[in-house]
Amino acid sequence: MAKQYVDMNTPVIEMRNIVKKFGDFTANDGINLTVHKGEIHAILGENGAGKSTLMNQLYGLLKPTSGDILVNGKKIEMNNPRDAIAAGIGMVHQHFMLVQPFTVTENIVLGTEPTKGVSLDMATARKNVVEISERYGLSIDPDAKIEDISVGMQQRVEILKALYRGADILILDEPTSSLTPQEIVELIDIMHNLVKDGKSIIIITHKLKEIKESADFCTIIRLGRYIGTVDVDTVTESDLASMMVGRNVTFKVDKPEQTPGEVVLDVQDLHCLDYRGIEIVRGLDLQVRRGEIVGIAGIDGNGQTELVEVITGLRKGTSGKVLVNGVDVFNKSPNFGFKHGVSSIPADRQKHGLVLDFSIEDNLILQNYGKEPYSQKNILQRDPIFAHATESIEKYDIRPGNSEKRPAGTLSGGNQQKVIIAREVQNDKDLLIAVNPTRGLDVGAIEYVHKYIVDQRNKGKAVLLVSFELDEIMSLSDIIDVIFDGKIVASLPGKGADENELGLMMAGGGKKHE
Amino acid sequence: MTNLVNTLGIMLYATLIYMTPLLYASLGSCFSEVSGVINIGIEGMMTAGAFTGTVVAYFTGNPWIGFLCGGLAGAFFGMLHAIATVNLGADQTIAGTAINMLGPGIVIMIAKVMFNSTDTIPLEASMKIPRLFRGVFDTSTVFGRFMDNVFANYAATYLVFIAALVVWFVFYKTRFGLRLRACGEHPQACETLGIDVLKMRFACVCISGFLSGLGGAFVTMAISNQFRPISIVGQGFIAIAAVIFGKFRPHGALLGCLLFGFCSGLKVVLGGSSGIDMQLISMIPYVVTVIVLVLFVGKSRVPSANGRPFVRAK
Amino acid sequence: MSKKKGFLEFVAGNRFIHILLSILLGFLVGAIFLAIMGLSVGEAYGRLITSVTSLKGFSYVIVYSIPYIVVGLSVAFSFKTGVFNIGAEGQFVMGSMAAAVVGILAGGLPKIVLIPLCFLAAMLAGAIWGVIVGFLKTKWGINEVLSMIMFNWVAFYLSNFIAGIPAIHSDGTAEATKNISDNASTLLSKDLINSLGLCPTANWGILVAIAVTVLVWFIIEKTTLGYELKAVGSNKFAAEYGGINVNRSILTALAISGALAGLGGSLQLMGMGSRISVFSSQEGFGFAGIVVALIGCSNPFGVLIAGIFYGALTFGGSKLNLVGAPTQLINVIVGTVVFFIAISIIFQRLRYIRKPAKPKAPAPDKKANGKEAAEK
Repeated sequence: MAKQYVDMNTPVIEMRNIVKKFGDFTANDGINLTVHKGEIHAILGENGAGKSTLMNQLYGLLKPTSGDILVNGKKIEMNNPRDAIAAGIGMVHQHFMLVQPFTVTENIVLGTEPTKGVSLDMATARKNVVEISERYGLSIDPDAKIEDISVGMQQRVEILKALYRGADILILDEPTSSLTPQEIVELIDIMHNLVKDGKSIIIITHKLKEIKESADFCTIIRLGRYIGTVDVDTVTESDLASMMVGRNVTFKVDKPEQTPGEVVLDVQDLHCLDYRGIEIVRGLDLQVRRGEIVGIAGIDGNGQTELVEVITGLRKGTSGKVLVNGVDVFNKSPNFGFKHGVSSIPADRQKHGLVLDFSIEDNLILQNYGKEPYSQKNILQRDPIFAHATESIEKYDIRPGNSEKRPAGTLSGGNQQKVIIAREVQNDKDLLIAVNPTRGLDVGAIEYVHKYIVDQRNKGKAVLLVSFELDEIMSLSDIIDVIFDGKIVASLPGKGADENELGLMMAGGGKKHE
Repeated sequence: MTNLVNTLGIMLYATLIYMTPLLYASLGSCFSEVSGVINIGIEGMMTAGAFTGTVVAYFTGNPWIGFLCGGLAGAFFGMLHAIATVNLGADQTIAGTAINMLGPGIVIMIAKVMFNSTDTIPLEASMKIPRLFRGVFDTSTVFGRFMDNVFANYAATYLVFIAALVVWFVFYKTRFGLRLRACGEHPQACETLGIDVLKMRFACVCISGFLSGLGGAFVTMAISNQFRPISIVGQGFIAIAAVIFGKFRPHGALLGCLLFGFCSGLKVVLGGSSGIDMQLISMIPYVVTVIVLVLFVGKSRVPSANGRPFVRAK
Repeated sequence: MSKKKGFLEFVAGNRFIHILLSILLGFLVGAIFLAIMGLSVGEAYGRLITSVTSLKGFSYVIVYSIPYIVVGLSVAFSFKTGVFNIGAEGQFVMGSMAAAVVGILAGGLPKIVLIPLCFLAAMLAGAIWGVIVGFLKTKWGINEVLSMIMFNWVAFYLSNFIAGIPAIHSDGTAEATKNISDNASTLLSKDLINSLGLCPTANWGILVAIAVTVLVWFIIEKTTLGYELKAVGSNKFAAEYGGINVNRSILTALAISGALAGLGGSLQLMGMGSRISVFSSQEGFGFAGIVVALIGCSNPFGVLIAGIFYGALTFGGSKLNLVGAPTQLINVIVGTVVFFIAISIIFQRLRYIRKPAKPKAPAPDKKANGKEAAEK
């Protein structure tokens, strides 16, 4: 970055020695941050490092235990987001804060609605929204409902929400986590347009490449502590990585060469509808063989979620075949699929993977509670259940230890994922489906999950990996299938796949590989 | 023919009079549920309103002051529910159950102390909510008698339709309404936009109590002329059912109440003339509601954050 | 000081203590009302206590509590399995009507056959009433709270209608059914009642209630069925993912819950009422069941105790007018108890007394994450 728009004499945000404690736990321990006018400032740290906590304080959602926040050189006490909005700060949250059944316009003006007398003035609201979206080149459909628009457009709506409130300082929390490479390029363009216009941007991320491509400065946080602020031009990606993690990290996954065996999963001409009744999987063919990982690369909303739901029996398809070891599990119950060799690590571990109120031992027998030795004549056998949990906790390094009776909801995200992996791997099925298996996990946990997925492949299982993290797909897959518009549009070897080419195909362009 | 017109008039009258208290309470329920707070305490709030309305009217001699105070008594219990559910994050079902015990418990006890009876002293005609169009229509003609029958209704019945219109306007055409719907769908989003979710919900639950109180007061100040412990028996729950029926929209709730009132009206007419057992006829509203749900209405989309306490981080 | 803090910590963290405190506060509020009315608190509460502590009084309490316990178990079971059985009222009514019909029409059967038959008929009727609602929910997505409210009234009028059928209706002038056959009655023998000095409606239904309490606990805690139903209750998505048939579980849960409420109806009829009157309004046993389940924290043994407590209050409350205090005081007391149970979070905050208020971590997940990271 050339820093051509940065005005180093005009600090707009200064956070000084910020400390934030939750009970005995210190989430932020003396963090400093200075952002100037026209600057794109990245905040880098692992999951749980305290990045979002820091930004929530800047946005008035949390109050610092101690420390000062200065906006435009003036000390400000942020009691709630209203104070932040008044100070010209806007925030785009990682999980979008959008009201699903409302229109784009309604979402943008919510909280600062124009009125005419006692009634809302939606005509003016719409006009204002169109105006501001044109001014910053953020294309949106002002009348569409949020539930009907793409993730990319939802993000533009979020940015517009902040701009509509006159924000000069924008906080973007993990803005690229569900975007395609092309959409990421667009977002970076948008960010550059905004700083050209005199805005300042803080971007929270753990993606090094994006920092190099977009940011002027980068502040690194590790375990809640301030590590330092660097000029992005003077450091390499691996410098940033080791500052973030505190040690040298390799992102490479060791994977021995092996020849895949017979076909385990064979999906033929599959069709299904989404929750609105629109056909979303439209004649999809897919094969996974023993001893290989097939990665599905695609933008959210192209049918990959529904594909997995049909294979695992959670959704009824309209037509097609889903053969697992030759048995058609299409439109059968989840239990039928399970019996015939399907196990899966679901996308949403808290919704589909675990019963959070249940203890870990009970979660570990979710599919097997009716089988010996865990039950006899429909009576649960507590001793074998407990012993099974003890073994799993040790083998899969679930922390804290001795937590057999603890509710799963009290575990950290990474450990919850380990409980699911322990359960699914021990089921020892021929097919393992993993959907976004590392979402929200920190680097250590990611390495762990990747290791187990590759282990399964090495043991001769068929693995279907669905992930929105292209890096994850590229580093794990033996074969990458690109899904677009409900069909597999390309299938290529994982080795040597080119990110840009993949991205193009994910967006419906590019040439077909066979 | 004359008879038919007559019957029709009586039926419309009955429909309107039965639906009035339900609609007040349903509109109230909409406020609470749509803002994200389950309120099964409607019944208790109606009872409080039913007692207070008739007692105040009795002592002041003014039905409108009584009616208003009925609403305020409902609002008081609404406030209790709001403190528990909105400020203290209580389980909304448990708190509502408590309100359903406290409301009747307290007012019946007061009745006992004041009147040495669980019933209040009957209101004189002048203390009841007035009938607006008494004697306006010429009852010597068939049409006149029809109109007289239909418009023999009490003023608060016409008022509830105005109220429904106002509530609809508030929900869909005002800033307050947009925000209250947003609070029930995505409170976190509201909070990030500087909308005070707790205040909004607090207000909505109090409003739900106020409207429920009015509904209760109508029962004792128009349909009947005194409060008895069985004045409010289940209307609060029917009102909630009407809201679910109406998919959590005020105009939908109006349809639900209309259906209910109509079936109750049918009951009155059939009960008089046909040879069918009264008990079976009395089932009609409930059975019809379920049938209509299955055939025409189907799934009701509950506001996303309904029932979930909103806890603000500190 | 530190000892005191330890005590407050203990109070703040103990659910059982919260219930006890709520009960205390309920009586406190009741006392305030008594005082406002110018009545003697001591006299009223004294009467309450003496009326339930004599042997005869206590036998009344037990008799009163039988339906409360069993309906409370029905509602508690539904809470555990993720449904809110606000329809227990209707299931109760169906159960008692079914038991009455059998108890009248099959009155010639010997006791040993007739009594179980009445129980079975009641449980079946209650279960059907529950399953219809479950069917409407799983098949057409009809909100169960709505249909339960409707079916409560349908049951009410259906019961009144059946009570009017000539074969069932009383031969006398009473707006009620005939009395059930003596062979369907669970009353203790007159001699036993007289010699022990119990209340005239003393019956062995309480043994059934206790047995059912143990059975419900066993199902919930020890069986694979309980595991399934609880899993569906706390997270139906994960349960479905894990291979549990969610719709079947919902139907099973409602059938069991309905059967329990129906059983409650038969126990009430066969032990206490012996006939069914034509009512002008619902009796509210279902509603009482909700209250009992809440006070008992949905724990079967908690429900057993809460049912007896509620029985004691209703019976004792009926004696309050002897000292000039209104019976409705009981509703105020119980309402207050339930209210404080709802807001028992205030008891949890006791632990912050004398300490600067500690803000709660907004996201325990994040906190744990950080700690985990710190371990590495």
